[in-house]
Amino acid sequence: MEGKPPSTGNHGPALSLIGAVKTFGEVVALADGRVELRAGEILALIGENGAGKSTLVKILAGVHTPDSASFMVAGESVVFGSVADSKSAGISIIYQEPTLFPDLTVAENIYVGRQPKGAFGLIDRGRMRDDAAALFARLGVRIDPDRVAEGLSIADQQIIEIAKAISMHAQVLIMDEPTAALSGAEVDRLFEVVRGLRDEGAAIMFISHRFEEVFELCDRVTVMRDGRHVADHVTADVTIEELVLEMVGRDIDQLFPKQEAETGVVVLDVEGISAGSVFRDISFTVRAGEIVALAGLVGAGRTEVARAVFGIDRYEAGEIRVEGRALQSGSPQEAIDAGIAFVPEDRRKQGLVMEMSIQHNITLTLRDSLARFGLIRRPEESAAADDWAKRLQVKAGSMRHSVATLSGGNQQKVVLAKWLATNPKLLIVDEPTRGIDVGTKSEVHRLLSDLAVRGVAILMVSSELPEVLGMADRILVMREGRLTAEIDRVDATSENVMRAATTPVEVSVGA
Amino acid sequence: MAETIGRSGQKADWVRLALSRDAIMIYAVVVAVLFASLRLERFASTLTVGFLLLDLIPVLLIAMPMTLIIITGEIDLSVASIAGLSSAMMGTLWEDGFPIWLVIVVCLAIGLIAGAVNGILIAGLGLQSLAVTIGTLALYRGLALVVIGDNAVASFPAGLTSFTTSKLGNTGIPTVMIGVMVIVIMFAVVLHLTPFGRGLYAIGSAAEAASFVGIDVARVKIKLYVWCGGISALTGIYWTLRFSSARSDNASGLELTVIAAVLLGGVSIFGGKGSITGVVAAVGLIGTITYSLRLERVSDVVLIIVTGTLLIVSVVAPRIFEVISGARHRRKLSTQLAVDRSAITTHTRSTAHRKEE
Amino acid sequence: MSAQEISSTDIEAVLATGSRPTLMTAVKRLLTAREFPVTAALVALVLFTYANNQLFLSRQGVKDLLLNATIVILLAVGQSIVIISRNVDLSIGSILGLTAFATGTLFVNNPDIPIWAVFVIVSLFGALLGALNGLLVTVARVPALVITLGTLYVFRGFNNLWAGPTQYFADDRPDAFGDLSVDTVFGLPIITLGALLVVVIVAGFMGRTRRGRDLYAIGSDPTAALLFGVPVGRRVFLAFAVNGLLAGLAGVLYASRFNSVGATTGNGIELDVVAAAVVGGVAIFGGSGTVVGAAIGAMLLTTITSSLTTLRVDKFWQQAIVGVLILAAIAADRIVKLRAERRLQTSEAHHG
Repeated sequence: MEGKPPSTGNHGPALSLIGAVKTFGEVVALADGRVELRAGEILALIGENGAGKSTLVKILAGVHTPDSASFMVAGESVVFGSVADSKSAGISIIYQEPTLFPDLTVAENIYVGRQPKGAFGLIDRGRMRDDAAALFARLGVRIDPDRVAEGLSIADQQIIEIAKAISMHAQVLIMDEPTAALSGAEVDRLFEVVRGLRDEGAAIMFISHRFEEVFELCDRVTVMRDGRHVADHVTADVTIEELVLEMVGRDIDQLFPKQEAETGVVVLDVEGISAGSVFRDISFTVRAGEIVALAGLVGAGRTEVARAVFGIDRYEAGEIRVEGRALQSGSPQEAIDAGIAFVPEDRRKQGLVMEMSIQHNITLTLRDSLARFGLIRRPEESAAADDWAKRLQVKAGSMRHSVATLSGGNQQKVVLAKWLATNPKLLIVDEPTRGIDVGTKSEVHRLLSDLAVRGVAILMVSSELPEVLGMADRILVMREGRLTAEIDRVDATSENVMRAATTPVEVSVGA
Repeated sequence: MAETIGRSGQKADWVRLALSRDAIMIYAVVVAVLFASLRLERFASTLTVGFLLLDLIPVLLIAMPMTLIIITGEIDLSVASIAGLSSAMMGTLWEDGFPIWLVIVVCLAIGLIAGAVNGILIAGLGLQSLAVTIGTLALYRGLALVVIGDNAVASFPAGLTSFTTSKLGNTGIPTVMIGVMVIVIMFAVVLHLTPFGRGLYAIGSAAEAASFVGIDVARVKIKLYVWCGGISALTGIYWTLRFSSARSDNASGLELTVIAAVLLGGVSIFGGKGSITGVVAAVGLIGTITYSLRLERVSDVVLIIVTGTLLIVSVVAPRIFEVISGARHRRKLSTQLAVDRSAITTHTRSTAHRKEE
Repeated sequence: MSAQEISSTDIEAVLATGSRPTLMTAVKRLLTAREFPVTAALVALVLFTYANNQLFLSRQGVKDLLLNATIVILLAVGQSIVIISRNVDLSIGSILGLTAFATGTLFVNNPDIPIWAVFVIVSLFGALLGALNGLLVTVARVPALVITLGTLYVFRGFNNLWAGPTQYFADDRPDAFGDLSVDTVFGLPIITLGALLVVVIVAGFMGRTRRGRDLYAIGSDPTAALLFGVPVGRRVFLAFAVNGLLAGLAGVLYASRFNSVGATTGNGIELDVVAAAVVGGVAIFGGSGTVVGAAIGAMLLTTITSSLTTLRVDKFWQQAIVGVLILAAIAADRIVKLRAERRLQTSEAHHG
């Protein structure tokens, strides 16, 4: 693992981070982060979700301070206490969804806080506009510097962030999944711009899930897994298969013991649903006792399908049936009445009411069934809450404390408790173990497995391959809004799932 | 450190209850009443009670739906204008010779419609409630002017007006207080004991999480605005009968007094927090202090300083405590973290080392 | 029509003329400016009224229109600075009352005081009151709506305490002071010219200085502003202080324009002022709109009264019409936003 990294070009490292460690409570987000970035190259950073890429980026951005690390920028040792420190060290980060001020003009967004001054100390708007136009001309793009940022496409917003980085003379440009929301033509334009910057001597780090982009754009690749640096390669000397192996390589079956369960009747039957450009013509079924995983990359449309099934978002065409009965589009209440439960992806905003007590969070789904003559029966309510908290082993000082006081893992148990309390026929879980500690993670997996044994149908959206491979009876893979593969448990390998999720080739549905 | 659920938390719950915002508001009212009764000889009299309560009723009434609306994270500035509109309608219709019961029904209906308009603009079209209700504040007050102009109608049935100010036996408590208490209790029950009320808190602190458990956020909000319109119209009717005068400017400016009382009562302007108990206590506190100072011959118009100061103190004081305890907590945490961190670092390093070997 | 096409045609025009907008883009920009609807409404209202009654734009008519608008313009300009930073100041009616009464008191107690000194002292007094709001909002980090609702009462209470039943009348003040609201230069009242000067200065500050632009950034996205190193607390404090200063100035002008000042001066004007800003295109949740728009909004709201009187419309309709105007302004803003969103969505769907 300590092999000498291959090198391209003759430039010294513009940035190097070695042995970076970052923990959040019990969760180790980064155990051994390592990245070396040279001027005049584009380096790809790849790894599964949870491999520690975004933690590493946040350390470079000055958002997180590492617990320990050796961190050098342009040959000098640095410690970042804030985002401003990172900026002044010449590092610019371009996120998947840029943060522009929607009401300010494009030119102002580039120069906010450092607008050029003219006569009487007033902002020289003409110069600011000309400078911005010059930046865009250099990047070879057409964006009106005078329009407000609101309503710009994400592609244009990213170009503006790049223009901002250039105007600040950033030596290091880090792009965190910049292509996730872009169309083909927009990606081409972005790559053109990025190559131009590299040729002018910038050091660029590119984070992506799409292998074809990595091979098209990048000079070198760094692979991460489980919070650790795994390998460095020159892109030309490596194959997709090798990279996939390095990204996933681990023994899966030991981690996620899924019990065999008898599959019963079809509980969920989704037939040809479509919603604009978000997803198209999605059909699948989930049977009682079966765990079906929706796999794919972030942004492939998995969460959107799950939300449509639960009635949060509307769909245009197709039909969703639960035990043969058709559901109305866009009504969560009807989905709940039909026996669907939904553990959403964003625990803090969607899963829980953070300011409410643990007890009230658990009984929020039961509020109608706990009422007699329209009034909630208090003793029954606290009994139900206590019961479910005990069943899921929620660790808390008091049920009356706000749920915000709990750890991430315990919060997730509260979300599960509140939905299991509805005695669902179909449980949809979206990233059920994101951001929780290893111990709770396996508890959640055991719980899902037990539920399947008891005849609950489970639809699981997950970005973690080991979780998908370990838990699912069947795996549905999505790419760019379409189902690209359906793979049975016995046939599933990380390679064929990853391939279906990343390669643009149309794979016929059904394995 | 973390225990599994048991009875262990209950003792702490009692302490928490005794130190809760509601409890503190109640202590404040009790202290104010005791102090006033001991210091001011005329305070503890049936006459005082009567005037005090008659004055409080409009604020108390509108504070009920306002509490619910603010808990969902919205606001309604048009309440006093709806009261004015209903008062103006009442005067005009009565003068035109309609029977009084019909007049009252029509006024209430107009309040409900006015509230529905607010609700549809806010929850249906997704406009900001602060801006919308500034608009309808002007609109409804304007309509009141259109309806009645500069006139004042005073010739309401004497039986009705004297009933409005009548007292229960010789207690000094106004008869209408019974109705007001019924409304207060109804709102308290709805907010604190029903599934609907539980949903309001969820909407206020996390609208998205609320919709994920099947709550139709827009419909709930429209419902609240309709109620608020109805209660505001009722207040307009009360105001008209109590002062025996229907005018377009009745109850003007009342919206800010009501909101001040609600916020003083511990309802968070960001939504998600608050109780009817706290709000009722706040209305009582403002009323008691105002009335005592009035007995001390402090001019009425100066007394609003009390309302204002109470409001500012009630929001600033908890912040100050928060900052102080937060700083203490952070200091404790950072020393603790420093220890933990060195432990973790060495730990992960050693394991990392082992694996590499 | 996709957003992309629009932006690329724009830029083509820009490139063709060496990065200066052509007449076409200038016209387009004018038509889509946030101030355009309110200005169009004002012009239409004035023309319509004039067509019905020529007296409306007589020398005296114009003077009255401007005089009526002057004080609300000043207040709306100040308020929009605060609103743009995603705050609100409900206490300005009370500040106006206190400062107007302070003006009266100064003249009564010091008959020989120079007029400019009164302007300075009272404006600073207003700034002090505004700064108190700013301090409470930024230090205690409590929403401005709550704090300024509190100071609305406190300031008004002190005004009542101070004034009691006392009222000062125009006779108590030097003639030269009252003449400020009577004399005209090129047909424009002096105090209106002063207010216009203030609008120009504040517009310059908001549009052309880093501090001013910071306020827009704060209102647009407060957390991002912090991330960019904008001193959010100091800027918001400044906004409140300047708003107080302008309210103080408005207080002096009020004393010049109106006969009596007392305990109830400026009562309830705060919501009119917020309404003027909103009608003028200042978004209630900050980040967009201009002080010029707010000033025109104030002008529109005050002109409606005169127009309706001139048109012999029942004067009682006036306030209801104002209400409808406010609602229309908010709804229009929302519709524009929704349309922009939809356009973006379809254009992205197209690419996808």
